[in-house]
Amino acid sequence: MESIFLFLDENLLLIYLLIFTIILGFELISNVPTILHTPLMSGANAISGVVIIGAILLIRNADPTDYLTLSLGALGVVLGMINVVGGFAVTNRMLKMFNKKKK
Amino acid sequence: MLITTVNITYLLGAVAFAIGLRQMSTPATARKGNLLATIGMSVAILATLFLPIEGADNNYIWIMGAMILGGIIGYISAIKIEMTAMPQMVSVFNGLGGACAVVLAYTELSHVSIGRIAASQAQLLILLLTLLIGAVAFTGSMLAYGKLQGLVDDRKVTLPSHNLINVVILAFLLGLATFIFLSGTQPGLVWISTLLAVSLLYGLSFVAPIGGADMPVVISLLNAFTGLSAAAAGLIYDNNIMMVGGILVGSAGIILTVVMCRAMNRSLANVLIGGFGENNKKK
Repeated sequence: MESIFLFLDENLLLIYLLIFTIILGFELISNVPTILHTPLMSGANAISGVVIIGAILLIRNADPTDYLTLSLGALGVVLGMINVVGGFAVTNRMLKMFNKKKK
Repeated sequence: MLITTVNITYLLGAVAFAIGLRQMSTPATARKGNLLATIGMSVAILATLFLPIEGADNNYIWIMGAMILGGIIGYISAIKIEMTAMPQMVSVFNGLGGACAVVLAYTELSHVSIGRIAASQAQLLILLLTLLIGAVAFTGSMLAYGKLQGLVDDRKVTLPSHNLINVVILAFLLGLATFIFLSGTQPGLVWISTLLAVSLLYGLSFVAPIGGADMPVVISLLNAFTGLSAAAAGLIYDNNIMMVGGILVGSAGIILTVVMCRAMNRSLANVLIGGFGENNKKK
């Protein structure tokens, strides 16, 4: 119990950040028209590709002779990059189609 | 000096994500919003390449090679795919994001298990969660792709009493994670691998009974999972943009899932459990 309190005390700012970001995420999406559901899902999916940053940090911190970690990190970067680039490109294509329809 | 620049860039990236999401939820500004989020992501990735890390070997060649390869694959699949197949493409991209989180968590956990790096109890818990959530998002998204693409028949992957089976697997999964968490800060690789395997299985089993027509809702939910997994990984690397981006996608994704259900006049519980009932009737 003591250690939990200590953790909360030490990470109070982080906990604020988490809670307010959750509220922000809820609020941002509150009034979205049906036609935008799929593009928005796709855009959010591209943003979830931020996980690639972790893979970059993994490689940067790895020992140059530790080929296993380097390979796994590179695999992570490839996967993350497909998520990011593909995600944004697909979202753009969907939205472009949507604009044309309107005209 | 450089570290401050990187941190401010991260801050701007996080603001771009938030404003981008906001703009993407209004028809008139949606494209601008997507562009803004893309810029936010690009500067965040660039800043990460320049982030000063003491004593790091950097290995930039590995990063560049992987980024170019992944970028080309992602871009080509995004422009080649037919308009009608877009939802399943999103699902594949989402699954790969989840897989990236899995690779990260598994690599770090394997380092912890051989004692190369020490993890606190809290860090161990976060790593286990990253692995678990990422793995469910990965296999779940892949099955969602298979269903939308018509490769997988709903009825063939649904077992009798599937919802009960799911509850059992989930309970086992959480029990296993708790066991690993409580067994000290240097868990064996066998246990970690078992956790990974069961998480991958649960992702498949979770999506299996849900009807094909409900897949977009499920993809949105799995997308929120990937976001949460990215946020958890952000805690491990003490990286603010991963945390903020991940949590934003997590909470926005969950709300979007609920909104999508509402648009179909259903509740989320109805989609997750109801699909099973429909399949049963078909039999």
